[in-house]
Amino acid sequence: MEFLDDIKVGARTVLGRHTFTAAEIKAFARAYDPQPFHLDEAAAARSLFGGLCASGWHSVAMWMRLNIDHQQRADAARRARGEPVAELGLSPGFRELKWLKPVHAGDSITYASEVVAIRVSNSRPGWGLITFRNTGTNQSDELVLSFISTTFLQRRPER
Amino acid sequence: MPTIFFEDFMTGSVVEMGPRPVTAEDIVAFAAAFDPQPMHLGDDGGRAAGLGGLVASGWHTCAILMRIIVDESIRDAASMGSPGVDEVRWLKPVRPGDRLTARRTVLEMRISKSRPELGLITFRFEVLNQSREVVMELTSPLMVGRRRPPNAPA
Repeated sequence: MEFLDDIKVGARTVLGRHTFTAAEIKAFARAYDPQPFHLDEAAAARSLFGGLCASGWHSVAMWMRLNIDHQQRADAARRARGEPVAELGLSPGFRELKWLKPVHAGDSITYASEVVAIRVSNSRPGWGLITFRNTGTNQSDELVLSFISTTFLQRRPER
Repeated sequence: MPTIFFEDFMTGSVVEMGPRPVTAEDIVAFAAAFDPQPMHLGDDGGRAAGLGGLVASGWHTCAILMRIIVDESIRDAASMGSPGVDEVRWLKPVRPGDRLTARRTVLEMRISKSRPELGLITFRFEVLNQSREVVMELTSPLMVGRRRPPNAPA
């Protein structure tokens, strides 16, 4: 990551895209969310969702995966250029998670993050809190999910 | 067929579900797929992060809670899914060997204005470990079908 002091509210990053297969939707559902509309095409067709769709936890967990992959790629590039890398701390949680549309098998979801707030931590010197609005958008440009997350992020040491 | 409907819930009622054990293998497998940060992949990474060893991804704790809810709270209910989650707070680390229970409180109940055949129930879930520490809090509405929807044939 960049240091907290180098990030501006409004900065938006496209993290990547993932296509959900029927096999992975069912595998996640078997482990964590075994409801018929996530497990079985015929049952899903009869449900409100109209077809097999991913658990909401699956579609939002994939945001985290692409977020981490993006950060790790960006950090590797910074190290290759000889630049310092800010440490990302723990997240105290998230809020306002909305599952707006089902994610069906075959859907390609593009995940993005936008910085909506930055503040210096009162309790942890050298650290701040960064708040993002995170989104997933399908191949028809429909917003399928959004949520607000907060994470601790290191401040620039020599500021 | 569902046997539990909107009318079977009551504001203020509390039930406890679980326990569910968490293994190191589960923690690492979830993290490898969805949250590959060092503290979720091995003890060394957890120690380096000042956490004393391997800890579960917070998203994994959400998924474990979902499994407990499906198995014990909505499998027999007329559940129609959830529009989202109001808030999640990750309060304490979840470690290998933890046994997680979920305490469910009904905060609010209302009939859907746009779809009177279903109700919206807002739950607060507190996930507790075997030392009765709250490791996560999650507040979320669930859509549940009514036993006798308006205008249904008698």
